[in-house]
This record gives sequence, structure tokens and C-alpha cells, in this order.
Amino acid sequence: MKILVCISHVPDTTSKISFTDNHTKFDSNGVQFIIGPYDDYALARAIEIKEATGGTVTVLNVGEADTEPTIRKALAIGADDAIRVNAFPSDSYFVAQQIASIAKEEKYDMILMGRESIDFNGGMVHGMVGEMLGIPSVSPVMKLEVEGGKAKMAREIEGGKEYLEVSLPLVAGCQEPIAEWKIPNMRGIMSARTKPLKVVEPASNDTRTKLSQYQMPAAKGAVKMVSADNVAELVSLLKNEAKVL
Amino acid sequence: MSILVFIESAEGAIKKSSLEAVSFAAAMANGSPVVAVAMGSIDSSALAQAGAAGASKVLHIADARLDQGIIQAYATAIAAAMAKEGAKTLVLAKSSLGDPVAARVAIKTNASLVSNVAELPNTNGGFKVKRSIYTGKAFAEVELTAETKILAIKKNAVTLKEDGAPASVEAFSVDFGANDFGMNITSTDKTTGEILLPEAEIVVSGGRGMKGPENWGMLEDLAKALGAATGCSKPVSDIGWRPHHEHVGQTGVKVSPNLYIAVGISGAIQHLAGVNSSKVIVVINKDADAPFFKAADYGIVGDAFEVVPKLTEAIKAAK
Ligand SMILES: Cc1cc2nc3c(=O)[nH]c(=O)nc-3n(C[C@H](O)[C@H](O)[C@H](O)COP(=O)(O)OP(=O)(O)OC[C@H]3O[C@@H](n4cnc5c(N)ncnc54)[C@H](O)[C@@H]3O)c2cc1C
Repeated sequence: MKILVCISHVPDTTSKISFTDNHTKFDSNGVQFIIGPYDDYALARAIEIKEATGGTVTVLNVGEADTEPTIRKALAIGADDAIRVNAFPSDSYFVAQQIASIAKEEKYDMILMGRESIDFNGGMVHGMVGEMLGIPSVSPVMKLEVEGGKAKMAREIEGGKEYLEVSLPLVAGCQEPIAEWKIPNMRGIMSARTKPLKVVEPASNDTRTKLSQYQMPAAKGAVKMVSADNVAELVSLLKNEAKVL
Repeated sequence: MSILVFIESAEGAIKKSSLEAVSFAAAMANGSPVVAVAMGSIDSSALAQAGAAGASKVLHIADARLDQGIIQAYATAIAAAMAKEGAKTLVLAKSSLGDPVAARVAIKTNASLVSNVAELPNTNGGFKVKRSIYTGKAFAEVELTAETKILAIKKNAVTLKEDGAPASVEAFSVDFGANDFGMNITSTDKTTGEILLPEAEIVVSGGRGMKGPENWGMLEDLAKALGAATGCSKPVSDIGWRPHHEHVGQTGVKVSPNLYIAVGISGAIQHLAGVNSSKVIVVINKDADAPFFKAADYGIVGDAFEVVPKLTEAIKAAK
């Protein structure tokens, strides 16, 4: 089994988000970057499958040189090798093209990634890659087993889940509880330093969207406290003041 | 030129989020026709309801294989409908099916695609939309540079229009490719008769402070009194007290209801990320220092086991 796991390099979930340069640049000052939490699930499941059935796990990131610590972490968790496409990930279409271009050469059995990145939350890259390669794409996948050239999956739908089967090769956008996040151990961290990390230039520079400006949401007003002995007052506020009942 | 809207249905009716997508298209159409496209077995009378939200016509692909959300086949069908109508804009509601389908349509039609759209586009010089990013912590204004444009909209991006005339319903058939049905859905495990969490106007959500699954009855009673859906925090679904599709937050469902009531949830930043676009937030927590109060509009410091039943009674009394 030859598996590609695409990872995003995103601010830690506890980060305070702010912008610089007249609201046109993300302010990375003091921000800790991590493997996207959904991508981390995809990586964990890929490594479990590799451990059970053999094969290789390659991680791919589209990003500039500052993403390498994040890529090394994925290697420490257990990926065999890595590819970095040396470019800023301008939009979903740009990223999907880079993944598809590499996948056309390498012929992976499965291309796994998170259901969405947690910076732009687009949730579009897996579907785009599937369409570019002419293979099935499934998301959000919460269970994935491989058996005789077929993947058996559970996909989350509103109000429940559906179970499905798809022949390989395929693309999947993953989420919990597909696997538990893996924490790298000391041996993993040591071996990650010498695992191959290939840097390639983008196959195309096309984008389909252009960022104009970032904006912050309006500040929230102060909370109004109501006594636990007077819940009727809360109901009246929700009805007459907030007008949501 | 017409705008196409992909509409989803649930239990025989068009989903509210899809009707919002129709209203969104109608508001941006400037008089051009809004055409909806629907898949699978559903009554024409139900589809005609898209008219109230602003559609003049519904294309209905009544192929029973589309009763299930086969992503590739849906994408082929939508691209065919766009070609038939000469539509250069597609609008749809962001959902677990809409997202993966829209991504494939974007490649088929060489379109610019933006998801999480929060407001009507700004077309003064270019075509720009405001989208939510960083899981609701910020917004970005982005320009769609391709001729064909696809917008996946967030809940509450526009006010629902309800006064349009019924739409005409036209049967439409699509030549599917051999690969379009490569995904074989073997079974579905879905709650019925309940309000779907991403669709709900009111959400009642419980955290670890509820102590155990046996205590959810009081939250369900409150939800019932309010016509609300129920949600939960991540640890609650991790331990299996509640099903995964109720998990709200950064790594779960992102909701934007009119009212979100959080009971026994501390308000970790990852939970807040999933609820921060709610219009009004009520927090009930026994700890006055719980971080959730800082993100709330109304708060009650108190024991959930006492406050929740009283609140349910007060809501019933106020009706
Ligand atoms: C990468 C990452 C992603 C994550 N994603 C999510 C996510 O998507 N969604 C999510 O929810 N979490 C997420 N988390 C977890 C998050 O950090 C918190 O751990 C979690 O939200 C806490 O859940 P809780 O509030 O139910 O539990 P706790 O933090 O244990 O809070 C319980 C609360 O209940 C109150 N309480 C106790 N008893 C009572 C009572 N009798 N009456 C009233 N109140 C009472 C307590 O005062 C406390 O505030 C994520 C974490 C990480 C690291």
C-alpha cells in the first residue's frame, strides 16, 4: 500500500488571530504552528494501515521553508519520507494542482488528508484532487479499513453516518474518530532528522481566487448575568431584548 | 444569465439551508432567473417550495440512484445543469455533502470556488465575497478571478425569502459516466424526525458538567420546549455519551444558530471556535470563572441540574 498524506501547516488551535500590513498579512508573531488537527488524524490512520499491512507513507506539504519543522514532526510520527512543494499555498485550487501533479507520477493507492484545514476551513482540496485525477473522493471520513483493493469507510452526514465501499485508488478527507492522534517518541524524533525530505518547485502557479483583505469580527458586548433563582427573567430577555424566542 | 442553486432535501422537504442558498442567489441575481437543481426521489410539490425562496424553476433529476449522496454523480449532474442553463454562477449551502461536491464541480467547470461565504458578494469592481476563516475567528475578503463562480454559503448569510410564487418543476436527465457511481453506499445510520444540528435555529449543548449520558434527558426536554437541536462538547462525544455528529467545535460541527445554550461546558477556545458565529449565546455553568462567560451574551451561574428543569418550565410557561 502506497499512501500519500497531505498536511497543512496551521496555527495551533489556541492561537490568537491577528493581522499586519494593513490587514493583508497573517501575524505569525508568537504563534505556534502545528500539523492541521484533521490532517493529523489522516496521518495517524495512514501509519496504522502501514503498520498492519506494510507499504509506505509519504507526507506532502505545499509551503515555504518555514513549514519544515511541521513536516519533520510528521516524519517523527512515522511517515517514511516527505515532499515539500516550495510555494505559499495561495488557494485550494493552487494546492490541489500541486498534489495532483505529484500523484500522477507516483500513483498512490490512497491520498489522505484532513476534511479541512483550520486556517481557511475550505474543505475543498480533496474533492479537487479527486476530480483532477479522475478518481473517487470521499469526505468527511470517520472510519477507514482497506481490504482486497477496496476501502470500507464511514462518512459523516448530517444526523448520522453512512457506510460505503470504494475501489482504490481514492482520495479521502478525514476526521475523528478515524484514529487517535499520535505523539512522536524519542526514537521517531531522532530518525526523522535523517528521513528524506525532497523539495520541489510548483508544477503550476495558477490560482482562482485572490485575497483582498482580512477582517476581524465585531467585538462582543459584555455578558449580562441573570440569577439562578430567576430563570423567568432570562426567558423574558431572550424574548424581548435578544428577540430569539 | 441565470444563477444555479444546488438544493438538498431531507425527509421529503427541501433543507432550510438550501432555501437560504436560493434566497442568497435571488438577492444577488438582480432580476436574472434563479434555477434550482434537485436530485433523487422527492415530490414535485415539495420542490415547488423553492419558489417561495426565490427560484423560478427547479430542475429535477429524479434518478433513484441519487437518493444517496454519491459525490461524483452529484458533481456530474450539477455541471450538466449549469451547462444546460448557461449558468456561470452556482450557489449552494455549505454542508457535509455540498462541500465535497462543489470542489469537484469547480474543477469540471474551471470555476473559482469560495466556501464559508458570510455575506452577499460585492461586485463594485471585480467580484468579491466575505468568507469566514480561522474557524470563525476572522474574515477574509477574496476576489473570484475565474469567469465561472461557485459560492458555498454559511448559515444565516442572508435572510430567508418566503414570499415568492411556487417554482415550475422540470424533469432533467443526465448522461452519467461509468465512474460516477464508483462509490457504493452499503447502509445509512441516521436519526429521523430530529432537527439537524447544522440546520437548527436554536441549539442546546451539554458538556462534561452533565456528568453522564443518563442526564441528557433534561437537555432533551429543554431542546424540545425550544424546538432546538442538541449538541455537545468534544470530550462528551469522545467518551461516547453522545453520537459524534453532535460534537460542536473546532474539530466538530460549526454551528451558527440564532441561539446557542451551553450547559456545563467550560468554553475552551476549541469549543468556542465552533459556536462563535451564533447570534446569541447563553451559558449555564456552576463556576463563575468559566471562560465561556466571556463569550456569552447571557449567563447564569448555577447547578445545571437545578437550573435546566426550571428553565424548561419557564419556557413552556412563556409560550
Ligand atoms: C486540537 C484540539 C481540538 C479540539 N476540538 C474541540 C472541539 O471541536 N470541540 C470541543 O468542545 N472541544 C475541543 N477540544 C477540547 C477542548 O480543549 C476542551 O477540552 C473541551 O471543550 C472541554 O469540554 P467540556 O467543556 O465539556 O469539559 P470541561 O472543560 O471539563 O468543563 C466542564 C464544565 O462543566 C462545569 N460544570 C461541572 N458541573 C456542573 C454542574 N453541575 N452544573 C453546571 N456546570 C457544571 C464546570 O464548571 C466546567 O466549566 C479540542 C482540543 C484540542 C487540543
